[in-house]
Amino acid sequence: MTTLTLSPELRKWAQKIEKLAAELGLDFFPTIFELVTYEQMNMLAAYDGFPARFRHWKWGMQYEQLSKSYKWGLSKIYELVINTDPCYAYLLEGNADVEQKLVMAHVFGHCDFFKNNAWYSRTNRKMLDQMANHASKIARIAERHGEERVEQFVDVCLSIDNLIDLHLPFIERRRKAVDEDALPPDIQKLPARSYMDRYINPEAELAERREKLAREFEELKKKIPPEPERDVMLFLLEHAPLERWQRKILSIIREEAYYFAPQRMTKIMNEGWASYWHSTMMTEHICDDSEIIDFACVHSGTMAMSATSINPYKIGLELFRDIEDRWNKGRFGLEYERCDDMVQRANWDRQLGLGREKIFQVRKVYNDVMFIDEFLTPEFAEQQKLFTYNYNRKNDAWEVKTREFLEVKAMMLKQLTNFGQPAIFVEDANYKNRGELLLEHRHDGQDLKLDYAKETLANLVVLWSRPVHLKTVSDDKTLIWSHDGTRFEETRPE
Amino acid sequence: MQRIDSDHRRFREIVRGRIRKNLKKYISNGELIGRQGKDLVSVPVPQIDLPRFKFGQRENGGMGQGDGQPGDQIQQGDGQGQGQSPGEAGDSPGEHPLEVEVSLDDLAQILGEELELPNIEPKGKKKFESYSRKYTGIRPVGPNSLRNFKRTYQQALRRQLISGVYDPKRPTIVPIRADMRFRSFKEETKPHHNAVIIYMMDVSGSMGDEQKEIVRIESFWLDTWLRSQYKGIESRYIIHDASAREVDRDTFFRTKESGGTMISSAYKLCWEIMNNEYPPGEWNIYPFHFSDGDNWSADDTMSCVKLLRDHIVPSSNVFSYGQVESPYGSGQFIKDLRVHFRGDDQVITSEIKNKDAIVGSIKDFLGKGK
Repeated sequence: MTTLTLSPELRKWAQKIEKLAAELGLDFFPTIFELVTYEQMNMLAAYDGFPARFRHWKWGMQYEQLSKSYKWGLSKIYELVINTDPCYAYLLEGNADVEQKLVMAHVFGHCDFFKNNAWYSRTNRKMLDQMANHASKIARIAERHGEERVEQFVDVCLSIDNLIDLHLPFIERRRKAVDEDALPPDIQKLPARSYMDRYINPEAELAERREKLAREFEELKKKIPPEPERDVMLFLLEHAPLERWQRKILSIIREEAYYFAPQRMTKIMNEGWASYWHSTMMTEHICDDSEIIDFACVHSGTMAMSATSINPYKIGLELFRDIEDRWNKGRFGLEYERCDDMVQRANWDRQLGLGREKIFQVRKVYNDVMFIDEFLTPEFAEQQKLFTYNYNRKNDAWEVKTREFLEVKAMMLKQLTNFGQPAIFVEDANYKNRGELLLEHRHDGQDLKLDYAKETLANLVVLWSRPVHLKTVSDDKTLIWSHDGTRFEETRPE
Repeated sequence: MQRIDSDHRRFREIVRGRIRKNLKKYISNGELIGRQGKDLVSVPVPQIDLPRFKFGQRENGGMGQGDGQPGDQIQQGDGQGQGQSPGEAGDSPGEHPLEVEVSLDDLAQILGEELELPNIEPKGKKKFESYSRKYTGIRPVGPNSLRNFKRTYQQALRRQLISGVYDPKRPTIVPIRADMRFRSFKEETKPHHNAVIIYMMDVSGSMGDEQKEIVRIESFWLDTWLRSQYKGIESRYIIHDASAREVDRDTFFRTKESGGTMISSAYKLCWEIMNNEYPPGEWNIYPFHFSDGDNWSADDTMSCVKLLRDHIVPSSNVFSYGQVESPYGSGQFIKDLRVHFRGDDQVITSEIKNKDAIVGSIKDFLGKGK
């Protein structure tokens, strides 16, 4: 892709802003700015930032949606940053200089976040190359095995690419395999005095229990997986009867899913952090008097509140500011929490000045779930006018449900947990002793969408090549949804 | 060409396949009516998204920011709320089934493929010829507005190099008159067939809303197909009860009269229009008549048959009669037509019992390729 060059003026500003960002304490990979047309921008965004992505119609669909929405003036992508080293940032050609400056300041916020946030520590910083490798590998496979077959298989893999284990890059999940030769543990005898023992623990019953335990132990040794497995993609890679090329594609798509996972886990923080810095840099250092109104105009556009969803830029920015303010004034800890004099609480200021330090620490170790769980306060929720809504079937309308803090917080956490995806485990690869796959959805109060689930199960059958079952809860009933490749069935578990 | 183009094309192909698969549903639901602009139709495509395990928002609710008391409405549902099982497409605010724009030509092509419609062999003189300009080449003369900078520059550079005027240290290129190059165009003439559709509809008391809806849907698809066959086709609309008058498209579908039915009145008016404005030698004429088959008297039916036989049918490509079933109509008219025009392939009759029968009826009307 050929990109345009930055004007000398902007190049000068890029250097200035880089220096400024470093002085303010941001720490980032070398950052390369490229200027692109809106078509190129839409294309890059459709590929999630990677122009050399493998071929698939999904990107074409995203491109169509983005370019239509741009054409109709509904949305415009100002900037795109990729988590790589060096960090590539794309700017939209034709934006006013003040917009470009804002975007550049914003970009350095993202770069700092990519480099320092712990959840990104295991991502491949050479992903541009890696994605290009993936693309050529899949292209080669398609040449050999047929475009259509490969496309269908990629469809299947993409439809389960949310079934991964977010914590897997950081911990040793699996226990050591059960030792094949281990003896079953001995049974527990009931306590009895020696002369009573043969009456309380009759030999016949002991033998029976011993045998039962041994049988259970043998079963457990055979069970696959020994413990419920969160990384469904990995499990299928290891156990599904796939051809080599299929395994290759599945592993590629799994790798890309893990690469993008941290971005989905830190949407609020990442955008909040970048917005915090663009706003700080622009208002305190960059803008001159003639630019401040234009800046405010663009800035407020990105901070718009919506009644139907949470704007991560807005909530993230405000929450970072709130944290900074609280730590500057010492509004935390036991003494503050216990103070119930409202006036004293409102005027609480210990002049600690720990704010900056605190937010840098927060950006290092937290993800969205932890961020909200720890720092969302009732005062903040009220100030930000947060509410939950639900669907009222009677009126065929979405209605405000409540502003009650605990409910708001619970709803927000629910939406963020597991990057907003359902938690699904592999329970048993030999379900009903028929080699069928049993998955379990750990229900947290949110039901799955049935029509999507049906199709996904059908896709899983393609991978497993035997019927697949999903244990879930719908309308407060425990159900098993099954698919055998041709037919969907819903049953109640025995 | 950008890399995305091939992915985008593949996506459009998939969409086209999806539309084709669901075409019969689109037709009988009347889903596309009112979604068409000048050249484009916006088609809601179900389930093109990759399926995944995900939460349904209708069951689970969501979060927002802003003013409002508990119970205040933040957004209307999509109108499918009541009685709909949970988990249908587009069940959260701001999430709609994907809508894809398809040009009317494409849609007609899909219709043609799916219903296996033959192309129409136009009759009549090729009266109009339309001109189009195609920029194809380069020439040394032309207006300044068509000057081709790159070629001019090349030419000047070449001349300067050859004549030794070019100085690499001061690479100034000055074109002279002879270096100038201009884009040139060819004028293409295309033969052009004239065509007109004359819609007639019974709007007497016995035609209910449902019947009219059927006519509306059917005429949309007839229009789409004929438009793809003839560029610049005209449409005329006649409504009738006991008397007939010409109206515009909007009125055509909205008018409801009471009173009796004299079909001959419409045919008379139709013939008048044809006779005065569309000489059959130069025009392809498509009269369509829709009614519930109730006519005032057997005498009137006879005069209809006479009008058709003597005037309308010989001048038209094909005369089409669609009979919509209504609880009030006797449905006699179609039988009469079939008796009188047995074996005449210039008269097509079709019974449309309900919305599901529209597809079959379109095929009846257009399947002959006339």
